[in-house]
Amino acid sequence: MQAKKSGRIQPTGGRDSMKLAYWMYAGPAHIGTLRIASSFKNVHAIMHAPLGDDYFNVMRSMLERERDFTPVTASVVDRNVLARGSQEKVVDNITRKDREESPDLIVLTPTCTSSILQEDLQNFVDRAQLDARGDVLLADVNHYRVNELQAGDRTLQQIVQFYLEKARKKGDLPTEKTAKPSVNIIGISTLGFHNQHDCTELKRLMSDLGIEVNEVIPEGASVHNLKNLPQAWFNLVPYRELGLMTAQYLEQEFGMPCVDITPMGVVETARCIRKIQQLLNAQGAGVDYEEYIDHQTRHVSQAAWFSRSIDCQNLTGKKAVVFGDNTHAAAMTKILAREMGIHVVLAGTYCKYDADWFKAQVSEYCDEVLISDDNGAIGDAIARLEPAAIFGTQMERHIGKRLNIPCGVIAAPIHIQNFPIGYRPFLGYEGTNQVADLVYNSFTLGMEDHLLEIFGGHDTKEVITKGMSADSDLNWTKEAQATLNQVPGFVRGKVKRNTEKFARERGLSEISLEVFYAAKEAVGA
Amino acid sequence: MTVAQEPTGLNFDCETGNYHTFCPISCVAWLYQKIEDSFFLVIGTKTCGYFLQNAMGVMIFAEPRYAMAELEEGDISAQLNDYEELKRLCLQIKRDRNPSVIVWIGTCTTEIIKMDLEGLAPKLEAEIGIPIVTARANGLDYAFTQGEDTVLAAMAHRCPSKVTSEAEKEERNAIQKLLTFGRKAEETAPTSEPKHPPLVLFGSLPDPVVTNLTLELKKQGVEVSGWLPAKRYTELPVIEEGYYVAGVNPFLSRTATTLMRRRKCKLIGAPFPIGPDGTRAWIEKICSVFGIEPQGLAEREAKIWESLEDYLQLIRGKSVFFMGDNLLEISLARFLIRCGMTVPEIGIPYMDKRYQAAELALLEKTCQEMGVSTPNIVEKPDNYNQLQRIKAIQPDLVITGMAHANPLEARGINTKWSVEFTFAQIHGFSNARDILELVTRPLRRNNSLKDLGWEKLVQEEATV
Ligand code: SF4
Ligand code: SF4
Repeated sequence: MQAKKSGRIQPTGGRDSMKLAYWMYAGPAHIGTLRIASSFKNVHAIMHAPLGDDYFNVMRSMLERERDFTPVTASVVDRNVLARGSQEKVVDNITRKDREESPDLIVLTPTCTSSILQEDLQNFVDRAQLDARGDVLLADVNHYRVNELQAGDRTLQQIVQFYLEKARKKGDLPTEKTAKPSVNIIGISTLGFHNQHDCTELKRLMSDLGIEVNEVIPEGASVHNLKNLPQAWFNLVPYRELGLMTAQYLEQEFGMPCVDITPMGVVETARCIRKIQQLLNAQGAGVDYEEYIDHQTRHVSQAAWFSRSIDCQNLTGKKAVVFGDNTHAAAMTKILAREMGIHVVLAGTYCKYDADWFKAQVSEYCDEVLISDDNGAIGDAIARLEPAAIFGTQMERHIGKRLNIPCGVIAAPIHIQNFPIGYRPFLGYEGTNQVADLVYNSFTLGMEDHLLEIFGGHDTKEVITKGMSADSDLNWTKEAQATLNQVPGFVRGKVKRNTEKFARERGLSEISLEVFYAAKEAVGA
Repeated sequence: MTVAQEPTGLNFDCETGNYHTFCPISCVAWLYQKIEDSFFLVIGTKTCGYFLQNAMGVMIFAEPRYAMAELEEGDISAQLNDYEELKRLCLQIKRDRNPSVIVWIGTCTTEIIKMDLEGLAPKLEAEIGIPIVTARANGLDYAFTQGEDTVLAAMAHRCPSKVTSEAEKEERNAIQKLLTFGRKAEETAPTSEPKHPPLVLFGSLPDPVVTNLTLELKKQGVEVSGWLPAKRYTELPVIEEGYYVAGVNPFLSRTATTLMRRRKCKLIGAPFPIGPDGTRAWIEKICSVFGIEPQGLAEREAKIWESLEDYLQLIRGKSVFFMGDNLLEISLARFLIRCGMTVPEIGIPYMDKRYQAAELALLEKTCQEMGVSTPNIVEKPDNYNQLQRIKAIQPDLVITGMAHANPLEARGINTKWSVEFTFAQIHGFSNARDILELVTRPLRRNNSLKDLGWEKLVQEEATV
């Protein structure tokens, strides 16, 4: 097999055009595949990629402070490969890794760059499988069409299906249910947002409910145990972004019911538990969790009490913007609106591919819904709405910094700060406490910030325009700027924005002292 | 050309293995800061964008002066017109940022789909009225710091060949102004007519280091007429045929070649000004080319070594293993051997034996003088094999890319990230202390933790 000579791939109908990008909310597809592969125990991934693409190893090693070598190797695409194809090299790298570390499974993945070469990777995998002792699999993902989240979801399903079919063929597939009610927790993975802590919390919750944890996948799982998945009574998919495809497959093939309600917040956690109760009782378990829910809600979780406390009363009607992945943005919107009486002026998600679900979930809890993965659009919306707090990603935290609006981080893209050393789950009853803290601290630190500024506590960064995109065409004269600087910090941003709005509406390009005062009189800026 | 002959006493290997390094497009992270009126446009895929966002830790938060032109399926499949697409983005950049130059950074994707950036740039430049410099910093051909090399080589073409007006001369004299800042005029006034042909230095360094090296040379009566790159694109140095050029970074072989072949400059091949030994050798070599007898350099070097003594005590007799990442390896190894360390292996992504000839010769000489065996130099190393060697040798310190640091530490092996040396100020006499500050940090940290008995933090028999 020769590699296709470098050149453009055949048109496949995609007509999206080049765009200017400053920020990505989700990574490219191969990152999702690698997150799944390296979450499993004793699975190795080979990337068909240029040298510079193997930064996944850095992310995992640095962010997770991982003690083991990341089981990912790049089979390097270089000039040689471009000229002569990479079959030999890829097959060599697979069989070599098979010898060196005897992984149970080797997953081969291209990156979006190397996939342009359109090499027949399936063929390489078939060749390598002849010599390899472990299994070899090509990640079946369209690298130009899907992002990290979709690719991760697909890869997990692919691996699960592969091992279940293999076991079935060998007549080695236990299908009788466990004696006691049991669950598979699907979707816990490396480099997931607070996944490790959430997993601990979910296991605790299941144990409180008398439910055995059958398997947790993919984090820490062995591919040999995947055949046991059908033994569980039901599947729990806490994050919408990862695991639904697997759960759907298990439902179709083995009739396993699935709970896909994210147990985040007091209300949703209760709804999740009630759904579990319903599924278990349908299978003859006869459980009643109402007392447990009531006890946890009223006495164990501090969040419900917080909602009734005077602290939270002070938050009533305050404006917030929520933005994140589907799971966290939807859950957070509901918590703020239903459990704390906070006014969610905008709820948004960057999971464009799953927008309908999001709209259905949040529409009744917010004024406005935003579906976008363009950070500029979100920044502009925040600047326009001027909420008292933001709950978003690291990007919105940064936007908040520039606009002087506090932000609690609730969703990926992950950052070293999302791997705290202490215990910080977002799910379950302990999660409700964490979220309550996050909300309270976000709003009150905002107030504290203002107090500090009034007393000249710390340096202030200037916000130039109302929008976040760089369309500022206004000059402030020295005198006007100096006068602006005398305005107390906590209203300075607003005064500045109103003045600029005033100037723009009148087509002025320079803000002099006169314009400044005129604006003040006109709009009470 | 004054490049020395290839040294022969060193042992070179090429493993052509699977090794980890950063993608060369990472150079935008420091070049956009260095060249203040620039805008860098990386033309590639999501994979490139995610790399810049994550691995470099440079969150593209504040909409800095670089961005991704993210190629979508329509671009890859050639349904869309590259020229029109790039024009649209560059006009947007012009409107939003109005930079003095837009640098297009080609990537693997533009190579694979053969997007003709060099052909498109001049046309678009003429149409939108902003210079467009094209550099192919892709990960197919280059590693990590070589990205800077591709950009500087491209900019070398753009250095004006004559100063036209007086006003321009004034502007291009910015380096002189930089030096005079806060000083008495007569101290730094240009020694009217330098007594030697013009000298231009190349390599991107932080401004304080630029000033520092310029002053070191000035002390010896050597005038630096400009730096490539300068702080601003509009201040690129004048380069005429016959000018002398000298590099400050070991990864700039293409820039050196471009300056010699295309701009007809004379390259001064010297060891690199890293460590007091290297800095002295660099100055001496430049002086010797200009027939200047350097003054007081030996004393200067000795003084620096004296001031390093507290750090030297920590590392003397210890061994350091370079896994290879940023092409600074040879210079750092040479300096650390002079400090009294031993170096069993130097991994390096790419070894240009001609451009690094003087540095390699100094390495060999240093080994002889210090009475230690010469290191094995392994080009394109295989990380897996290296880990086996590290396990066997048990070096006191491993300088490595970020992917291997935590796992090695968990196995009781001290590490330092190679990338820190890329971003720290390590050039010149006075920065030698900063290098040792980095090198000794893991040793000092572990000294203070050693009584805790926590050396190995992995449970199974550590399989390095
Ligand atoms: S190696 Fe190539 S595809 Fe990967 S980030 Fe670098 S330029 Fe982009
Ligand atoms: S001092 Fe307080 S208010 Fe100011 S930034 Fe720090 S936490 Fe916020």
